[in-house]
Amino acid sequence: MLLDSRKIKELEDKAREIRVMIVQMLARAGSGHPGGSLSSTDILTCLYYAVMRHNPKDPSWPDRDRFHLSKGHCCPALYAVLAEQGYFAKDELWKLRKFGCLLQGHPERHTPGIEVCSGSLGQGLSVALGMSLAARLDRKDYRTYCLLGDGEVQEGNIWEAAMAAAHYKSDNLCAILDYNGFQIDGRVTEVMAIEPLAEKWRSFGWYALEIDGHNMAAIHKAFATAKKIKEKPTIIIAKTIKGKGVSFMENVVDFHGRAPSRDEHDLAMKELGES
Amino acid sequence: MAEMLYQRDVYGKTLVELGRRTADVVVCDADLSGSTRTALFAREFASRFFNFGVAEQNMMAASAGLASCGKVVFASTFAMFASGRAWDQVRNTICYSGLNVKIVATHAGITVGPDGASHQAIEDIAIMRAIPNMTVIVPCDGPETREAVLAAFETPGPFYIRLGRAKVPSIDKRPEFRLGKGALLQEGSDVTLVACGIMVQEALKAAAELAKNKISVRVINMPTIKPLDENILAEAARQTKGFVVCEEHSVTGGLASAVAETLSEKHPAPIVRIGVKNRFGQSGDETALLAEYQLTCADIVRSAQSLLA
Repeated sequence: MLLDSRKIKELEDKAREIRVMIVQMLARAGSGHPGGSLSSTDILTCLYYAVMRHNPKDPSWPDRDRFHLSKGHCCPALYAVLAEQGYFAKDELWKLRKFGCLLQGHPERHTPGIEVCSGSLGQGLSVALGMSLAARLDRKDYRTYCLLGDGEVQEGNIWEAAMAAAHYKSDNLCAILDYNGFQIDGRVTEVMAIEPLAEKWRSFGWYALEIDGHNMAAIHKAFATAKKIKEKPTIIIAKTIKGKGVSFMENVVDFHGRAPSRDEHDLAMKELGES
Repeated sequence: MAEMLYQRDVYGKTLVELGRRTADVVVCDADLSGSTRTALFAREFASRFFNFGVAEQNMMAASAGLASCGKVVFASTFAMFASGRAWDQVRNTICYSGLNVKIVATHAGITVGPDGASHQAIEDIAIMRAIPNMTVIVPCDGPETREAVLAAFETPGPFYIRLGRAKVPSIDKRPEFRLGKGALLQEGSDVTLVACGIMVQEALKAAAELAKNKISVRVINMPTIKPLDENILAEAARQTKGFVVCEEHSVTGGLASAVAETLSEKHPAPIVRIGVKNRFGQSGDETALLAEYQLTCADIVRSAQSLLA
Protein backbone atom coordinates (compact mmCIF):
# COMPACT_ATOMS: atom_id res chain seq x y z
CA MET A 1 0.00 0.00 0.00
CA LEU A 2 1.42 3.34 -1.01
CA LEU A 3 1.08 6.29 1.30
CA ASP A 4 -0.89 9.29 0.18
CA SER A 5 0.67 12.71 0.26
CA ARG A 6 -1.20 13.68 3.42
CA LYS A 7 0.21 10.70 5.34
CA ILE A 8 3.68 11.42 4.01
CA LYS A 9 3.39 14.99 5.21
CA GLU A 10 2.30 13.71 8.62
CA LEU A 11 5.35 11.45 8.84
CA GLU A 12 7.65 14.28 7.79
CA ASP A 13 6.17 16.52 10.46
CA LYS A 14 6.59 13.78 13.03
CA ALA A 15 10.22 13.30 12.00
CA ARG A 16 10.79 17.02 12.48
CA GLU A 17 9.37 16.77 16.01
CA ILE A 18 11.60 13.77 16.72
CA ARG A 19 14.64 15.76 15.56
CA VAL A 20 13.69 18.58 17.90
CA MET A 21 13.51 16.15 20.80
CA ILE A 22 16.84 14.56 19.88
CA VAL A 23 18.63 17.90 19.97
CA GLN A 24 16.86 18.90 23.18
CA MET A 25 17.64 15.69 25.01
CA LEU A 26 21.28 15.64 23.92
CA ALA A 27 21.77 19.28 24.89
CA ARG A 28 20.42 18.51 28.36
CA ALA A 29 22.40 15.28 28.65
CA GLY A 30 25.61 17.09 27.69
CA SER A 31 26.88 14.02 25.86
CA GLY A 32 25.67 11.50 23.29
CA HIS A 33 25.48 10.99 19.54
CA PRO A 34 23.50 13.52 17.50
CA GLY A 35 24.93 12.78 14.03
CA GLY A 36 23.65 9.24 13.59
CA SER A 37 20.48 9.91 15.56
CA LEU A 38 19.52 12.63 13.11
CA SER A 39 20.52 10.58 10.07
CA SER A 40 18.30 7.68 11.14
CA THR A 41 15.30 9.74 12.28
CA ASP A 42 13.25 9.41 9.09
CA ILE A 43 13.81 5.65 8.96
CA LEU A 44 12.75 5.17 12.59
CA THR A 45 9.76 7.46 12.22
CA CYS A 46 8.53 5.59 9.18
CA LEU A 47 9.02 2.22 10.89
CA TYR A 48 7.18 3.05 14.08
CA TYR A 49 4.43 5.22 12.56
CA ALA A 50 3.71 3.47 9.28
CA VAL A 51 5.32 0.05 9.06
CA MET A 52 5.63 -1.93 12.28
CA ARG A 53 2.85 -3.80 14.03
CA HIS A 54 3.27 -2.91 17.68
CA ASN A 55 1.43 -1.76 20.77
CA PRO A 56 3.06 0.75 23.12
CA LYS A 57 0.59 -0.28 25.85
CA ASP A 58 1.80 -3.86 25.61
CA PRO A 59 5.51 -3.87 24.74
CA SER A 60 5.78 -7.65 25.22
CA TRP A 61 2.82 -8.51 22.98
CA PRO A 62 4.01 -11.83 21.47
CA ASP A 63 2.88 -10.94 17.93
CA ARG A 64 4.63 -7.58 17.77
CA ASP A 65 7.11 -6.87 15.04
CA ARG A 66 10.58 -6.72 16.57
CA PHE A 67 12.97 -3.82 16.21
CA HIS A 68 16.58 -4.00 17.30
CA LEU A 69 18.89 -1.00 17.23
CA SER A 70 22.23 -2.55 16.43
CA LYS A 71 23.87 0.88 16.22
CA GLY A 72 22.97 1.43 19.86
CA HIS A 73 24.64 4.81 20.15
CA CYS A 74 21.82 6.34 18.08
CA CYS A 75 19.30 5.55 20.82
CA PRO A 76 18.28 9.21 21.29
CA ALA A 77 16.30 8.91 18.05
CA LEU A 78 14.72 5.64 19.17
CA TYR A 79 13.99 7.00 22.65
CA ALA A 80 12.24 10.04 21.17
CA VAL A 81 10.11 7.81 18.93
CA LEU A 82 9.27 5.43 21.77
CA ALA A 83 8.33 8.32 24.06
CA GLU A 84 6.18 9.90 21.37
CA GLN A 85 4.46 6.56 20.89
CA GLY A 86 3.78 6.28 24.62
CA TYR A 87 6.14 3.48 25.65
CA PHE A 88 7.21 5.67 28.57
CA ALA A 89 6.70 9.21 29.81
CA LYS A 90 8.25 11.95 27.72
CA ASP A 91 9.85 13.39 30.88
CA GLU A 92 12.26 10.49 30.82
CA LEU A 93 13.90 11.99 27.74
CA TRP A 94 15.22 14.91 29.74
CA LYS A 95 17.03 12.56 32.14
CA LEU A 96 18.91 10.75 29.38
CA ARG A 97 22.34 9.51 30.56
CA LYS A 98 21.84 10.87 34.09
CA PHE A 99 22.38 8.80 37.21
CA GLY A 100 19.32 6.71 38.04
CA CYS A 101 17.66 7.34 34.68
CA LEU A 102 15.51 4.96 32.66
CA LEU A 103 17.22 5.91 29.42
CA GLN A 104 20.78 4.66 29.53
CA GLY A 105 23.55 5.97 27.28
CA HIS A 106 23.06 2.88 25.13
CA PRO A 107 19.86 0.79 24.96
CA GLU A 108 19.11 -1.37 27.95
CA ARG A 109 16.44 -4.02 28.23
CA HIS A 110 14.51 -2.54 31.13
CA THR A 111 13.43 0.36 28.94
CA PRO A 112 9.95 -0.39 27.57
CA GLY A 113 10.27 -1.00 23.83
CA ILE A 114 13.87 -2.19 24.00
CA GLU A 115 14.12 -5.91 23.25
CA VAL A 116 17.81 -6.62 23.91
CA CYS A 117 20.72 -4.45 25.04
CA SER A 118 23.00 -3.02 22.39
CA GLY A 119 25.91 -0.63 22.19
CA SER A 120 28.85 -2.86 21.43
CA LEU A 121 28.72 -2.74 17.64
CA GLY A 122 28.32 -5.62 15.25
CA GLN A 123 26.13 -7.90 17.33
CA GLY A 124 22.65 -6.66 16.52
CA LEU A 125 22.09 -8.37 13.20
CA SER A 126 22.74 -11.69 14.93
CA VAL A 127 20.24 -10.78 17.65
CA ALA A 128 17.66 -9.90 15.01
CA LEU A 129 18.39 -13.15 13.21
CA GLY A 130 17.67 -15.02 16.45
CA MET A 131 14.35 -13.20 16.75
CA SER A 132 13.42 -14.07 13.18
CA LEU A 133 14.30 -17.74 13.75
CA ALA A 134 12.10 -17.72 16.86
CA ALA A 135 9.20 -16.42 14.75
CA ARG A 136 9.66 -19.34 12.38
CA LEU A 137 9.72 -21.85 15.25
CA ASP A 138 6.57 -20.35 16.75
CA ARG A 139 4.88 -20.10 13.34
CA LYS A 140 4.30 -16.41 13.91
CA ASP A 141 4.15 -13.85 11.16
CA TYR A 142 5.87 -10.99 12.93
CA ARG A 143 8.79 -9.37 11.16
CA THR A 144 12.13 -8.33 12.63
CA TYR A 145 13.80 -5.04 11.75
CA CYS A 146 17.38 -4.17 12.55
CA LEU A 147 19.09 -0.81 12.09
CA LEU A 148 22.80 -0.96 11.28
CA GLY A 149 25.40 1.75 10.97
CA ASP A 150 27.76 2.03 8.03
CA GLY A 151 30.90 2.05 10.14
CA GLU A 152 29.37 -0.86 12.02
CA VAL A 153 29.57 -3.19 9.04
CA GLN A 154 33.33 -3.15 9.50
CA GLU A 155 32.68 -5.61 12.34
CA GLY A 156 33.20 -9.23 11.32
CA ASN A 157 30.21 -10.37 13.35
CA ILE A 158 27.93 -8.55 10.89
CA TRP A 159 29.07 -10.78 8.04
CA GLU A 160 28.72 -13.91 10.13
CA ALA A 161 25.10 -12.89 10.67
CA ALA A 162 24.65 -11.92 7.02
CA MET A 163 25.84 -15.36 5.92
CA ALA A 164 23.60 -17.14 8.42
CA ALA A 165 20.45 -15.13 7.65
CA ALA A 166 20.78 -16.01 3.98
CA HIS A 167 21.52 -19.63 4.85
CA TYR A 168 18.33 -19.79 6.88
CA LYS A 169 16.40 -17.93 4.15
CA SER A 170 15.14 -15.50 6.76
CA ASP A 171 12.70 -13.50 4.66
CA ASN A 172 11.04 -12.22 7.84
CA LEU A 173 14.21 -10.25 8.59
CA CYS A 174 14.82 -6.76 7.26
CA ALA A 175 18.00 -4.81 7.95
CA ILE A 176 18.33 -1.10 7.31
CA LEU A 177 21.75 0.41 6.88
CA ASP A 178 22.00 4.06 7.85
CA TYR A 179 24.59 5.03 5.25
CA ASN A 180 25.64 8.49 6.34
CA GLY A 181 29.26 8.04 5.31
CA PHE A 182 30.93 9.04 8.55
CA GLN A 183 32.28 7.27 11.60
CA ILE A 184 34.05 8.61 14.70
CA ASP A 185 37.46 8.90 13.12
CA GLY A 186 36.26 10.46 9.88
CA ARG A 187 34.86 9.51 6.51
CA VAL A 188 34.09 5.81 6.17
CA THR A 189 35.88 5.80 2.82
CA GLU A 190 39.05 7.00 4.54
CA VAL A 191 38.89 4.99 7.76
CA MET A 192 37.98 1.62 6.23
CA ALA A 193 36.27 1.40 2.87
CA ILE A 194 33.08 -0.67 2.83
CA GLU A 195 32.07 -0.34 -0.83
CA PRO A 196 30.76 -1.92 -2.94
CA LEU A 197 28.10 -2.31 -0.28
CA ALA A 198 25.01 -3.48 -2.16
CA GLU A 199 27.11 -5.98 -4.10
CA LYS A 200 28.56 -7.32 -0.87
CA TRP A 201 25.11 -7.98 0.58
CA ARG A 202 23.83 -9.44 -2.67
CA SER A 203 26.80 -11.76 -2.88
CA PHE A 204 25.98 -12.88 0.66
CA GLY A 205 22.51 -13.86 -0.55
CA TRP A 206 20.48 -10.83 0.48
CA TYR A 207 18.00 -8.78 -1.47
CA ALA A 208 19.47 -5.27 -1.39
CA LEU A 209 17.65 -2.02 -2.04
CA GLU A 210 19.29 1.38 -2.27
CA ILE A 211 17.21 4.41 -1.37
CA ASP A 212 17.32 7.99 -0.23
CA GLY A 213 17.02 7.60 3.53
CA HIS A 214 15.36 10.99 3.93
CA ASN A 215 12.63 10.48 1.37
CA MET A 216 9.66 9.27 3.39
CA ALA A 217 7.79 7.85 0.41
CA ALA A 218 10.89 5.96 -0.71
CA ILE A 219 11.53 4.60 2.78
CA HIS A 220 7.98 3.39 3.09
CA LYS A 221 8.00 1.84 -0.34
CA ALA A 222 11.24 0.00 0.45
CA PHE A 223 9.71 -1.57 3.56
CA ALA A 224 6.68 -2.62 1.50
CA THR A 225 8.97 -4.20 -1.10
CA ALA A 226 10.95 -6.01 1.60
CA LYS A 227 7.77 -7.63 2.90
CA LYS A 228 7.20 -9.22 -0.49
CA ILE A 229 10.68 -10.70 -0.88
CA LYS A 230 10.61 -14.43 -0.22
CA GLU A 231 13.35 -16.91 0.65
CA LYS A 232 15.95 -14.28 1.43
CA PRO A 233 16.48 -11.46 3.92
CA THR A 234 16.34 -7.86 2.72
CA ILE A 235 18.66 -4.99 3.44
CA ILE A 236 17.63 -1.43 2.74
CA ILE A 237 20.75 0.63 2.18
CA ALA A 238 19.52 4.09 3.05
CA LYS A 239 21.75 6.92 1.87
CA THR A 240 21.54 9.54 4.59
CA ILE A 241 23.18 12.70 5.80
CA LYS A 242 24.87 12.63 9.15
CA GLY A 243 23.30 15.29 11.36
CA LYS A 244 20.40 15.71 8.91
CA GLY A 245 18.15 18.67 9.62
CA VAL A 246 20.60 20.85 11.50
CA SER A 247 22.80 22.67 8.99
CA PHE A 248 25.89 23.02 11.14
CA MET A 249 25.77 19.36 12.13
CA GLU A 250 25.33 18.00 8.62
CA ASN A 251 28.34 16.01 7.48
CA VAL A 252 30.38 17.31 10.41
CA VAL A 253 32.16 14.37 11.94
CA ASP A 254 32.63 16.15 15.25
CA PHE A 255 28.91 15.72 15.88
CA HIS A 256 29.15 11.96 15.70
CA GLY A 257 29.60 11.90 19.43
CA ARG A 258 29.38 15.45 20.76
CA ALA A 259 26.29 17.01 22.24
CA PRO A 260 25.23 20.51 21.14
CA SER A 261 26.07 23.42 23.41
CA ARG A 262 23.35 25.77 24.65
CA ASP A 263 23.91 28.15 21.72
CA GLU A 264 24.03 25.34 19.23
CA HIS A 265 20.81 23.98 20.70
CA ASP A 266 19.08 27.35 20.27
CA LEU A 267 20.29 27.68 16.71
CA ALA A 268 19.14 24.13 15.92
CA MET A 269 15.69 24.86 17.37
CA LYS A 270 15.38 27.81 15.04
CA GLU A 271 16.38 25.75 12.04
CA LEU A 272 13.94 23.01 12.97
CA GLY A 273 11.17 25.58 13.19
CA GLU A 274 10.89 25.44 16.94
CA SER A 275 10.88 28.92 18.49
CA MET B 1 35.47 -49.89 39.34
CA ALA B 2 33.58 -46.62 39.02
CA GLU B 3 31.37 -46.02 36.03
CA MET B 4 33.19 -43.99 33.35
CA LEU B 5 31.20 -41.44 31.33
CA TYR B 6 31.76 -38.62 28.89
CA GLN B 7 30.14 -35.55 30.39
CA ARG B 8 29.24 -34.42 26.88
CA ASP B 9 27.42 -37.70 26.18
CA VAL B 10 25.34 -37.03 29.26
CA TYR B 11 24.80 -33.44 28.12
CA GLY B 12 23.56 -34.53 24.69
CA LYS B 13 21.17 -37.07 26.21
CA THR B 14 19.89 -34.52 28.72
CA LEU B 15 19.19 -32.10 25.88
CA VAL B 16 17.08 -34.76 24.18
CA GLU B 17 15.24 -35.31 27.46
CA LEU B 18 14.56 -31.57 27.75
CA GLY B 19 13.62 -31.34 24.09
CA ARG B 20 10.91 -33.91 24.65
CA ARG B 21 9.71 -32.08 27.72
CA THR B 22 9.13 -28.71 26.04
CA ALA B 23 9.18 -27.19 22.59
CA ASP B 24 10.78 -24.06 24.06
CA VAL B 25 14.21 -25.69 24.19
CA VAL B 26 16.41 -24.62 21.29
CA VAL B 27 20.00 -25.73 20.75
CA CYS B 28 22.76 -23.87 18.92
CA ASP B 29 26.22 -25.01 17.95
CA ALA B 30 29.15 -23.73 15.92
CA ASP B 31 30.30 -26.64 13.78
CA LEU B 32 31.23 -28.87 16.71
CA SER B 33 27.93 -30.64 17.25
CA GLY B 34 29.52 -34.06 16.90
CA SER B 35 32.06 -33.27 19.59
CA THR B 36 29.78 -31.35 21.95
CA ARG B 37 27.07 -34.00 21.37
CA THR B 38 24.39 -31.45 20.56
CA ALA B 39 24.07 -33.61 17.45
CA LEU B 40 21.97 -35.99 19.55
CA PHE B 41 19.40 -33.21 19.94
CA ALA B 42 19.73 -32.19 16.30
CA ARG B 43 18.89 -35.70 15.17
CA GLU B 44 15.58 -35.70 17.02
CA PHE B 45 14.63 -32.02 16.83
CA ALA B 46 16.09 -30.76 13.57
CA SER B 47 13.91 -27.65 13.37
CA ARG B 48 14.97 -26.52 16.84
CA PHE B 49 18.67 -26.96 16.21
CA PHE B 50 20.76 -24.26 14.60
CA ASN B 51 24.27 -24.91 13.41
CA PHE B 52 25.85 -21.51 12.86
CA GLY B 53 29.04 -22.84 11.37
CA VAL B 54 32.43 -21.60 12.53
CA ALA B 55 30.98 -18.35 13.83
CA GLU B 56 30.78 -18.29 17.60
CA GLN B 57 30.04 -14.58 17.88
CA ASN B 58 27.01 -14.94 15.66
CA MET B 59 25.90 -18.03 17.57
CA MET B 60 26.00 -16.24 20.92
CA ALA B 61 24.21 -13.09 19.78
CA ALA B 62 21.62 -15.08 17.80
CA SER B 63 21.05 -17.20 20.91
CA ALA B 64 20.29 -13.95 22.72
CA GLY B 65 17.73 -13.06 20.06
CA LEU B 66 16.07 -16.47 20.34
CA ALA B 67 16.01 -16.21 24.14
CA SER B 68 14.44 -12.75 23.97
CA CYS B 69 11.48 -14.43 22.27
CA GLY B 70 10.96 -16.93 25.08
CA LYS B 71 13.23 -19.77 24.05
CA VAL B 72 15.50 -21.58 26.50
CA VAL B 73 18.65 -21.66 24.44
CA PHE B 74 21.54 -24.07 24.92
CA ALA B 75 24.59 -22.83 23.02
CA SER B 76 27.59 -25.09 22.73
CA THR B 77 31.10 -25.15 21.38
CA PHE B 78 34.54 -25.77 22.87
CA ALA B 79 35.24 -23.82 26.06
CA MET B 80 38.05 -21.91 24.39
CA PHE B 81 35.72 -20.40 21.78
CA ALA B 82 32.60 -20.14 23.93
CA SER B 83 34.46 -18.01 26.43
CA GLY B 84 37.23 -16.43 24.42
CA ARG B 85 35.93 -15.86 20.93
CA ALA B 86 32.55 -14.51 21.89
CA TRP B 87 33.15 -12.86 25.24
CA ASP B 88 31.79 -9.47 24.20
CA GLN B 89 28.61 -11.07 22.83
CA VAL B 90 28.23 -13.07 26.04
CA ARG B 91 28.79 -10.03 28.20
CA ASN B 92 27.01 -7.25 26.38
CA THR B 93 24.20 -9.07 24.64
CA ILE B 94 23.43 -12.16 26.73
CA CYS B 95 24.37 -11.23 30.29
CA TYR B 96 23.62 -7.50 30.28
CA SER B 97 20.19 -8.35 28.93
CA GLY B 98 19.86 -11.15 31.50
CA LEU B 99 18.72 -13.58 28.81
CA ASN B 100 17.98 -17.24 29.16
CA VAL B 101 21.00 -18.59 27.34
CA LYS B 102 22.77 -21.63 28.75
CA ILE B 103 26.30 -21.84 27.41
CA VAL B 104 27.47 -25.40 27.76
CA ALA B 105 31.13 -25.46 26.83
CA THR B 106 32.95 -28.73 26.31
CA HIS B 107 36.65 -29.61 25.94
CA ALA B 108 37.73 -27.37 28.80
CA GLY B 109 41.12 -27.55 30.45
CA ILE B 110 44.36 -29.24 29.50
CA THR B 111 42.84 -32.74 29.30
CA VAL B 112 41.76 -31.76 25.81
CA GLY B 113 45.13 -33.38 25.24
CA PRO B 114 46.76 -33.77 21.80
CA ASP B 115 45.12 -30.66 20.27
CA GLY B 116 47.42 -28.56 22.41
CA ALA B 117 47.34 -25.11 23.99
CA SER B 118 45.20 -23.32 21.40
CA HIS B 119 42.29 -25.59 22.33
CA GLN B 120 42.90 -25.89 26.06
CA ALA B 121 40.82 -23.27 27.85
CA ILE B 122 42.34 -22.55 31.23
CA GLU B 123 41.00 -19.02 31.71
CA ASP B 124 37.31 -19.57 30.97
CA ILE B 125 36.07 -19.78 34.55
CA ALA B 126 37.85 -16.51 35.31
CA ILE B 127 36.41 -14.54 32.41
CA MET B 128 32.91 -15.97 32.66
CA ARG B 129 32.67 -15.53 36.41
CA ALA B 130 33.64 -11.87 36.11
CA ILE B 131 30.45 -11.05 34.19
CA PRO B 132 27.46 -9.81 36.22
CA ASN B 133 24.31 -12.00 35.99
CA MET B 134 26.34 -15.05 34.97
CA THR B 135 26.11 -18.33 36.88
CA VAL B 136 29.13 -20.63 36.49
CA ILE B 137 29.03 -24.40 37.02
CA VAL B 138 31.76 -27.03 36.69
CA PRO B 139 30.24 -30.49 37.16
CA CYS B 140 32.58 -33.22 38.36
CA ASP B 141 31.22 -36.21 36.49
CA GLY B 142 28.54 -37.53 34.16
CA PRO B 143 25.59 -37.72 36.55
CA GLU B 144 26.31 -34.29 37.99
CA THR B 145 26.37 -32.91 34.44
CA ARG B 146 22.76 -34.00 33.97
CA GLU B 147 21.72 -32.47 37.28
CA ALA B 148 23.48 -29.19 36.48
CA VAL B 149 21.95 -28.96 33.01
CA LEU B 150 18.48 -29.57 34.46
CA ALA B 151 19.08 -26.91 37.11
CA ALA B 152 20.18 -24.44 34.44
CA PHE B 153 17.07 -25.23 32.42
CA GLU B 154 14.85 -24.57 35.41
CA THR B 155 16.59 -21.38 36.53
CA PRO B 156 16.09 -18.23 34.45
CA GLY B 157 19.16 -16.31 33.29
CA PRO B 158 22.53 -16.91 31.68
CA PHE B 159 24.66 -19.91 32.67
CA TYR B 160 28.13 -21.12 31.79
CA ILE B 161 28.53 -24.88 32.30
CA ARG B 162 32.02 -26.23 31.80
CA LEU B 163 32.56 -29.80 30.66
CA GLY B 164 35.62 -31.85 29.75
CA ARG B 165 36.53 -33.89 26.72
CA ALA B 166 37.63 -37.16 28.30
CA LYS B 167 35.69 -39.88 30.07
CA VAL B 168 35.51 -39.33 33.81
CA PRO B 169 34.70 -41.67 36.67
CA SER B 170 31.40 -41.09 38.41
CA ILE B 171 31.97 -40.05 41.98
CA ASP B 172 30.75 -42.57 44.51
CA LYS B 173 28.07 -41.45 46.98
CA ARG B 174 27.99 -37.90 45.63
CA PRO B 175 25.19 -35.78 47.11
CA GLU B 176 22.81 -34.52 44.45
CA PHE B 177 23.72 -31.22 42.78
CA ARG B 178 22.11 -28.17 44.31
CA LEU B 179 22.63 -24.87 42.56
CA GLY B 180 24.86 -22.55 44.57
CA LYS B 181 25.76 -25.24 47.10
CA GLY B 182 28.98 -27.08 47.75
CA ALA B 183 28.68 -30.74 48.66
CA LEU B 184 30.51 -32.36 51.54
CA LEU B 185 31.99 -35.60 50.20
CA GLN B 186 33.98 -36.42 53.28
CA GLU B 187 34.18 -35.01 56.82
CA GLY B 188 37.57 -34.08 58.22
CA SER B 189 39.21 -31.80 60.76
CA ASP B 190 42.80 -31.13 59.68
CA VAL B 191 42.64 -29.77 56.17
CA THR B 192 39.91 -29.01 53.61
CA LEU B 193 40.21 -29.91 49.95
CA VAL B 194 37.89 -27.91 47.70
CA ALA B 195 37.65 -29.11 44.10
CA CYS B 196 35.60 -28.94 40.94
CA GLY B 197 35.50 -30.91 37.70
CA ILE B 198 37.93 -33.76 37.23
CA MET B 199 39.92 -32.62 40.27
CA VAL B 200 37.21 -33.88 42.61
CA GLN B 201 38.28 -37.44 41.95
CA GLU B 202 41.93 -36.50 42.55
CA ALA B 203 41.00 -34.77 45.79
CA LEU B 204 39.24 -37.89 47.03
CA LYS B 205 42.28 -39.98 46.17
CA ALA B 206 44.52 -37.49 47.97
CA ALA B 207 42.28 -37.62 51.03
CA ALA B 208 42.66 -41.40 51.15
CA GLU B 209 46.44 -41.08 50.86
CA LEU B 210 46.59 -38.47 53.59
CA ALA B 211 44.44 -40.63 55.86
CA LYS B 212 47.24 -43.20 55.85
CA ASN B 213 49.33 -40.59 57.65
CA LYS B 214 46.53 -39.94 60.11
CA ILE B 215 45.61 -36.65 58.48
CA SER B 216 41.88 -36.00 58.66
CA VAL B 217 40.75 -34.46 55.38
CA ARG B 218 37.53 -32.75 54.55
CA VAL B 219 36.58 -32.89 50.87
CA ILE B 220 34.16 -30.44 49.31
CA ASN B 221 32.87 -30.77 45.78
CA MET B 222 32.22 -27.19 44.62
CA PRO B 223 30.36 -27.41 41.29
CA THR B 224 28.87 -23.93 41.45
CA ILE B 225 31.73 -21.47 41.19
CA LYS B 226 29.34 -18.56 41.05
CA PRO B 227 27.45 -17.89 43.23
CA LEU B 228 29.91 -19.50 45.61
CA ASP B 229 28.70 -21.38 48.70
CA GLU B 230 30.11 -19.19 51.43
CA ASN B 231 28.59 -21.14 54.31
CA ILE B 232 30.31 -24.41 53.57
CA LEU B 233 33.63 -22.54 53.34
CA ALA B 234 33.00 -20.65 56.60
CA GLU B 235 32.32 -23.88 58.41
CA ALA B 236 35.44 -25.48 56.98
CA ALA B 237 37.48 -22.42 57.93
CA ARG B 238 36.32 -22.78 61.53
CA GLN B 239 36.77 -26.53 61.73
CA THR B 240 39.98 -27.18 59.75
CA LYS B 241 43.42 -25.58 59.59
CA GLY B 242 43.50 -24.57 55.93
CA PHE B 243 42.47 -25.17 52.34
CA VAL B 244 43.88 -26.76 49.23
CA VAL B 245 41.79 -25.72 46.23
CA CYS B 246 42.05 -27.91 43.15
CA GLU B 247 40.96 -27.11 39.59
CA GLU B 248 41.93 -27.87 36.02
CA HIS B 249 42.20 -24.16 35.25
CA SER B 250 44.62 -21.33 35.73
CA VAL B 251 45.29 -20.44 39.34
CA THR B 252 44.32 -16.92 38.29
CA GLY B 253 40.64 -16.17 38.52
CA GLY B 254 39.10 -19.60 38.85
CA LEU B 255 37.71 -21.61 41.76
CA ALA B 256 40.79 -21.04 43.91
CA SER B 257 40.56 -17.31 43.37
CA ALA B 258 36.86 -17.33 44.21
CA VAL B 259 37.52 -19.30 47.40
CA ALA B 260 40.43 -17.04 48.33
CA GLU B 261 38.34 -13.92 47.79
CA THR B 262 35.63 -15.17 50.10
CA LEU B 263 37.96 -16.52 52.74
CA SER B 264 40.30 -13.56 52.91
CA GLU B 265 37.42 -11.16 53.22
CA LYS B 266 35.35 -13.03 55.78
CA HIS B 267 37.13 -16.07 57.19
CA PRO B 268 40.91 -15.70 56.74
CA ALA B 269 42.61 -19.07 56.43
CA PRO B 270 45.76 -20.48 54.81
CA ILE B 271 45.18 -21.59 51.23
CA VAL B 272 47.18 -23.41 48.58
CA ARG B 273 46.13 -23.35 44.93
CA ILE B 274 46.40 -26.41 42.71
CA GLY B 275 46.02 -25.29 39.11
CA VAL B 276 47.87 -24.19 36.00
CA LYS B 277 50.44 -21.59 36.99
CA ASN B 278 50.73 -18.85 34.38
CA ARG B 279 51.54 -21.22 31.53
CA PHE B 280 49.90 -22.35 28.34
CA GLY B 281 49.08 -26.01 27.88
CA GLN B 282 50.65 -28.28 25.26
CA SER B 283 50.03 -31.47 23.32
CA GLY B 284 50.17 -34.77 25.11
CA ASP B 285 48.06 -37.43 26.68
CA GLU B 286 45.97 -36.57 29.71
CA THR B 287 48.10 -38.42 32.23
CA ALA B 288 51.32 -36.79 31.11
CA LEU B 289 49.74 -33.35 31.06
CA LEU B 290 48.15 -33.65 34.48
CA ALA B 291 51.55 -34.66 35.88
CA GLU B 292 53.43 -31.89 34.06
CA TYR B 293 51.00 -29.23 35.29
CA GLN B 294 50.94 -30.63 38.83
CA LEU B 295 47.28 -31.53 38.86
CA THR B 296 47.54 -34.96 40.42
CA CYS B 297 46.69 -36.66 43.67
CA ALA B 298 50.38 -36.54 44.61
CA ASP B 299 50.49 -32.76 44.13
CA ILE B 300 47.45 -32.33 46.35
CA VAL B 301 48.97 -34.60 49.02
CA ARG B 302 52.20 -32.61 48.98
CA SER B 303 50.38 -29.31 49.21
CA ALA B 304 48.21 -30.46 52.09
CA GLN B 305 51.24 -31.71 53.99
CA SER B 306 53.15 -28.48 53.49
CA LEU B 307 50.13 -26.48 54.56
CA LEU B 308 49.93 -28.44 57.82
CA ALA B 309 53.68 -28.48 58.44
